[in-house]
Amino acid sequence: MGDFVQLVVSGIAAGTIYGVAALGFTLLWQASGTINFAQGEFVMLPAFAMLLFLGIGAPLWLAFFAACIVSMLLLGVAFKRIIVDPLLRHGVIPLVIATLGLSVFVKQGIKAGVGALAYPFPSAFPAGQFAIAGIEVSYADLGTLLLAGGIVIALQLFLDRTMTGRAMQACAQNTEAARVLGIDVRRMTLYVFLINGALAAVAALLIAPSYLVKFDMGETIGLKAFFAAIIGGFNQTRGALLGGVLIGVLENLVGFYVSPAYKEGVALVVFLLVILLRPEGLLGKAEERKV
Amino acid sequence: MNASSSTVIARPRRPAVPRSRTRLALAAIVVIAFALLPLGLKSYGTYLCSLFCVYLMATFGLNLTIGYAGQMSLGQAAFLGIGAYIAAIGMKAGLPFFAMLPLAALACFAIGLALGFPALRVQHHYLAFATLGFNVLVFLVLRNEEAITGGTFGIRGIPRPSLFGLSLERDLPYFWFTLASTLLLIALLGWLLRSPWGRAFAALRDNPIRAESLGVNITAYTLLAFAIGACCAGIAGAYFASLVGFIDPAPFNFTASLLMLLGVIVGGAGRFLGPVVGTVIIVLLPEWLRFMQNWYLAAFGVAVIALMVWLPGGLLSLPERLASRRIGALP
Amino acid sequence: MTALLTVRDLRKHYGAIRAVDGVSFDVAPGEIVGVIGPNGSGKTTLFNSILGQIRPSDGRVEFQGDDITGMTPLDLARRGVGRTFQTLQVFHGLSVRDNLIAAGQELCGSMPRRLFAPPDAGLGEHADHLIERFRLTHVAHLPAGSLSYGQQKLVDIAMAFMPAPRLVMLDEPCAGVNPSLVDELRELLLAMNREQGGSFVVVEHNMDFIMRLCARVICMVEGRVLAEGAPAQVQANRDVLDAYLGH
Repeated sequence: MGDFVQLVVSGIAAGTIYGVAALGFTLLWQASGTINFAQGEFVMLPAFAMLLFLGIGAPLWLAFFAACIVSMLLLGVAFKRIIVDPLLRHGVIPLVIATLGLSVFVKQGIKAGVGALAYPFPSAFPAGQFAIAGIEVSYADLGTLLLAGGIVIALQLFLDRTMTGRAMQACAQNTEAARVLGIDVRRMTLYVFLINGALAAVAALLIAPSYLVKFDMGETIGLKAFFAAIIGGFNQTRGALLGGVLIGVLENLVGFYVSPAYKEGVALVVFLLVILLRPEGLLGKAEERKV
Repeated sequence: MNASSSTVIARPRRPAVPRSRTRLALAAIVVIAFALLPLGLKSYGTYLCSLFCVYLMATFGLNLTIGYAGQMSLGQAAFLGIGAYIAAIGMKAGLPFFAMLPLAALACFAIGLALGFPALRVQHHYLAFATLGFNVLVFLVLRNEEAITGGTFGIRGIPRPSLFGLSLERDLPYFWFTLASTLLLIALLGWLLRSPWGRAFAALRDNPIRAESLGVNITAYTLLAFAIGACCAGIAGAYFASLVGFIDPAPFNFTASLLMLLGVIVGGAGRFLGPVVGTVIIVLLPEWLRFMQNWYLAAFGVAVIALMVWLPGGLLSLPERLASRRIGALP
Repeated sequence: MTALLTVRDLRKHYGAIRAVDGVSFDVAPGEIVGVIGPNGSGKTTLFNSILGQIRPSDGRVEFQGDDITGMTPLDLARRGVGRTFQTLQVFHGLSVRDNLIAAGQELCGSMPRRLFAPPDAGLGEHADHLIERFRLTHVAHLPAGSLSYGQQKLVDIAMAFMPAPRLVMLDEPCAGVNPSLVDELRELLLAMNREQGGSFVVVEHNMDFIMRLCARVICMVEGRVLAEGAPAQVQANRDVLDAYLGH
C-alpha cells in the first residue's frame, strides 16, 4: 500500500509537468489552430538556454527567468511571425508539416552545434524526502507538484476570471465574433504564443533534472504532452492537466507492477482507448460532424 | 472537411501516372543508367544504391497512404521494422527468403489494417499522433523482447537469398535483384492507382463526405490505404534485413518515420514520382553531403518549413508553379 | 401509386432548438418537389436528416417502402439516392471526367472487381455523355478545383446524376450560378427527369426557378411545413408571404 501511494504521488508530480507542456499545446490549438509538433523541442531549448546561463555563473532562478524571456521571444514571437502566420491560411496540414520540420531543425541543430551528450541539470528543490503518515515524499515531487499545479491553476483562473483571459478564450472560440466585439484578436493570439513559450520554460525547469539535458529529450516529453492534451480533451484547457496526471500515475504504476520496459507505451494505450471510445477526450465536448 | 486543409496533397493536372511514350522512354534510360551505376562504384556505393531501392519501396507505399488517400502516417518505419524482423527471424530459423517475404508483407498488411481503425474515428493530426505512438510501441517491443528480437544486440548474420539457383550473396547481384523487385512493386502500385481504386482513394482524400454520398465505402478504402502502404514497407523490410545482414531497433525509430513522411511531402505527395525525389533527399544526399554531418538534417528541417511556405505541393510541383506564374504574368 | 419517398413526422432537435419539428411529405416516382422557406427554416437540416448525414431525433423516412431512417449516406447511395450539397463538393484534385467516373464507379460491381476493371470502370462513355449534356467538354480534362464556381457547380450536379439514381436531392443548385445559366440548368434538370425518370427534391431560394421546375412545392418555416401544393397556390398563400416578409 505504501508503495502504491508513493507511486501515485510521484506520478502526479511527473504528470503535472506533462500537463504544463500539454496546456501550452492545447492553448496554441485553440487560439490559432496550430498543432505544434515541435512542442517537445520547445521544452528542450529553454533547458539548454538555462544551462548556458548557469554556465556563465547565473543562479538558477536568474537562469530560469532569462530562459523564460528567450523562450517567449524565440518560441513565442518568432515562431508565430516566421512560421505560423504565413502558413495558417493554407490550413492545418501544411502547418503540421512545418512544425515537424521545425522539430527536426531544432533537434538536429542542437545535436550538430552543441553535441549529443546528456548534461546534468540542478534541481530547483532541495534533495531528500520527508514522511507523512508513513509515506515518503521527496521534496522534488512536492515542489514540482506545487509549482506546476499552481501555474496550471493560476493560468486557468487567469483565463476564466480576467478580462484579458476571457478575451483570449473568446478569440479561441469564435474569432469573428471576438473581432466584432472589438477584441484585438492579433494581440490575444500573440499572448497565447508568449504563454506557451513561458510554459515550455517551466516544463524544462521541472523535467530537466530527471531527464538530463540532451538534444533528443523533447521526443518523450513532446509525445506525452500531445497524448495528455488529447486524452484530457483537446478543446478543454482543464483537460491537459487531467490527461497529464493520468499518464504520469499510470506510467508509474505500470512501470512498477507490470514492466518498466513498457512504461513508455502507457500513454499510447490510454490515448488509443480514448480516441476509439471517446474521441472528444475525457473532458471534451462532442462535436457533430460538419457537412 | 474543407478543401484548404490539405493543400499539401498534390493536385495532379495529368492522370495519376504519366503514360506518354517519351516519358516511358526517359524512365527506361534513367533506370538502366541507375542499374549500371554500381559497376563503377565500390562496395559501399552499391550498398547505398540497394538501400535507396529499399526505401523507395517504403516511400512509394507511404505516398499511397498520405498522398493519394489523404491519410497521415508517422509509423512507416515501424512497418519496415516489422517486415525486417519477421524476415530475419524466419531466415535465421532456416526458412527461405521467398517464404518470409510474403509473410512479412501479409503481417504488415494485417497490422496496417488494424492501425487504420483509429483513422476512421479521427483525422489528420490525431492520426499522426496515433501512428507515431504505434511506432514508439513497436520500437519498445523490438528493444525489450530480447528472447525474440535480440533486444539492442539485434540479429546478426541474416543470409541473402538465391534465385533460381543463382546466389545473390554478393552486393551487385543483390542490388539488381532489389532494383528489379522495386520496379515491379512500383509498377504494381502504378497499376493499382490507375484502376478505379486509385480514383476512389483520391475521392476519399479530396472530400470524404461527398465520396460517401456517392457510394464510396470510405471505411474500406481508408483501411486499405493504410494496409497497402504498410504492406509495401513490410516488403521493403525483408529486403532491408537481407541487405544489411544485421538488424537492431535503431533504424526503425520514429525519426525514421518522420524523415520518410517529410521526404514524400518534400518530393510531392500525391505525385507518382514524388517518393523518388524524397528518397534521394533523405537517403542519398546525406551521404554525398557527409561533410555537413548533423547540419544536413538541420538544414533539411529548415528546407521543409521553407517549402511549406512557398511550395506546399512539393518539389515536383515546381514546373507547374513556374508555368502558372508565366501564364499569370501574361496580360 | 405508392410513394418513392415518404417522410413522416421527422424531427431534429438540438437541445431546445427545434431545427426540424415534425415534417411529413411524400414524393411520387418521377415527381419534382421543391422545398422553399426563409433562411434558417430547417431545409438543409431536413435534407441532412433524411440523407443520413445527421441522425434525426424522431420520425420515420421510407424509400420504396423500406425504412431508411438513420441509414448511412453509403447505404442510401447504394439504394439509389443521390444528392448535392449546399456548398460545392467536388473532388478538387481529379479531372472533371474523373470526378464523374468517381461518382458512378462505386455502384458498379464489387470492390475486388473494380480493382481489375479498366481504368475508366467502363463508365467513360456515360461520363462523356453527361459532360456534353452539361457543356463541360472543353474543361473535361482539367482538375475540377481549377474551374470557375459556376462550372464546378455544374460538375457537382452532374456527379449526382452519374449513377442514375432513383431520387436526387439537390440543395440550392442555383446558389452562386450565373443568372444566364439558371434557365439552362432548369432545362437540364427537366431533361434529366424525362430521360432518367428519377424524382427530385430541390431546395432553392430562387423562386422563379422553383416555380418553373417543380410540380409541387413545400414551404418550410421554423422547422415545420407551412404550406404545400402547386407552385402558384403556395406562392399566393398569405402565410407564406408573411413568413418571407418577416411578419
